[in-house]
Amino acid sequence: MNHVLDYYNYWIVVFLMMSGFYIVISANNLVKKIVGLNIFQTSVFMLYISMGKVSGGTAPIVVEGVTQYSNPLPHVLILTAIVVGVATTAVGLSLIVRIKRAYGTVEENEFENKDDAI
Amino acid sequence: MAVLDIISSILLLLGVFFGISGAMGLFRFPDFFTRVHASSVTDTLAAMLIIGGLLLQTSFDLNTAKLLFILLFLMVTSPTASHALAKSARHGGLLTLPESRSDQKES
Amino acid sequence: MAEFIDLVLLAMLAITALRIIFLKDLFAVVMLFGIYSFLSALIFVSLDAVDVAFTEASVGAGISTVLMLGTLALTGRTEKENQHSSLLPLVVVVVTGAALIYGTLDMPPFGAADNPIHEHVAPRYIEESPKEVGLPNMVTSVLASYRGFDTMGETVVVFSAAIGVLSLLGVRRRKENESAESGLMEHRVLHVIAKLVIPMIILFALYVQFHGDFGPGGGFQAGVIAAAAFILYSLVFGLPRAFAVVSPTVLRYLAAFGVLLYAGVGVVSMLKGGHFLDYNVLAANPISGQHYGIIIIELGVGITVFAVMLSIFYAFGSQAERSDIK
Repeated sequence: MNHVLDYYNYWIVVFLMMSGFYIVISANNLVKKIVGLNIFQTSVFMLYISMGKVSGGTAPIVVEGVTQYSNPLPHVLILTAIVVGVATTAVGLSLIVRIKRAYGTVEENEFENKDDAI
Repeated sequence: MAVLDIISSILLLLGVFFGISGAMGLFRFPDFFTRVHASSVTDTLAAMLIIGGLLLQTSFDLNTAKLLFILLFLMVTSPTASHALAKSARHGGLLTLPESRSDQKES
Repeated sequence: MAEFIDLVLLAMLAITALRIIFLKDLFAVVMLFGIYSFLSALIFVSLDAVDVAFTEASVGAGISTVLMLGTLALTGRTEKENQHSSLLPLVVVVVTGAALIYGTLDMPPFGAADNPIHEHVAPRYIEESPKEVGLPNMVTSVLASYRGFDTMGETVVVFSAAIGVLSLLGVRRRKENESAESGLMEHRVLHVIAKLVIPMIILFALYVQFHGDFGPGGGFQAGVIAAAAFILYSLVFGLPRAFAVVSPTVLRYLAAFGVLLYAGVGVVSMLKGGHFLDYNVLAANPISGQHYGIIIIELGVGITVFAVMLSIFYAFGSQAERSDIK
């Protein structure tokens, strides 16, 4: 039981990563692929934050009477990563709008071979 | 103080009860508008009771003021969200269950 | 007991992700993704990452969901049936997942205080940052001062995302003779509530901006919250009136101004004799110099993020009025 508790966080993270990965490679609709990519990203964030947690520690804000803090460095990295993630999502979604305008559809199997026609 | 603890536990338990009953209503009610009512009970009443219970747990400092602001904000926005849902459904032409039944009888 | 909350929340997250795979209605998929973001924000709070939870809740569950809904309004709500079989993706996913789980067995146990990640660099920052920078929030001091270059790069990434979206979509201003049918004109209750709530949201954004030194908060969250206030205004009162309040040209200048403010602080430090983005030389006392530097660059970050998020929303919102998208 202790062994499971040690690694439960990481196994759920791997499960979420794989479900996001599955959506990306098997979904037909482009918007659903972007949702899968975001699920993948958020699960990776959870991996880093789980690594930075210290049992019995508290949030890395200096308060009197607290000696044990969680590691602030993964928090900084993931803050940057979240904002960069939303920036790439926005650009990806605008590409989808342009694809819809050019090909008339966002289903992958319908425009896969149309590039020569444009 | 023990009295404050008892009152805050009662408020928290009531909030949990309304939350669970709202969730059950979301599954069991037959019609869209009744389901909106069930979820608005959770949104407004359960949230207010839980925050009220938490208010009695902290000592009277900055956290109390923050919780009061959150309470005020939720009291303003949660009923608005349910109202917006119901009104957009009505505007889009959704009929309540008695109206759709009488519609079927006529046609 | 805290671990129990963690277990339950992670299980809910896994169930949500599993449900997203099998849904065909894309509107429900986007809503479930919003729930997924909020659940991960809760998990971040229980893992002591309060700044990250704030950012994930406002950015992931706020802006991402709004942009995806805007795209769905243009591309259609249902996903068509899958043509090819899903056996090969399933095999790939299972093999990769098994390899990753085999890899995680090598990791140090969750939460132990003597993990390798907590040695060398992190204790140095935890010990020295109250003395060298003097801010209670260690994440802000690392983000803005010790790793200030990375944050400048991140601000430039956000700015280039705005450039990308604006060059792909562009903001189309409505001409005078077209009929104005935008906004929710018959929702009286929403009008009143929006007028009541929008000033509170902007005030809260300013609070988060300047309180980021003492608690969770900072430039990114504040910019996103302020953008959310104006997005609410444009949803309720219509896009033309929102263009009149904050015009897209002003937003372009604001976005560039934020980045320039950030880099300007670095140049001023160089002119005063220090290195680029060395805040110690900005005032007579190094600690005061750090405080000045951090406040100004957080302001730059907040202004850029606000202008970029609102510009991207304007670009998506004005696409719905083009006639060549069915």
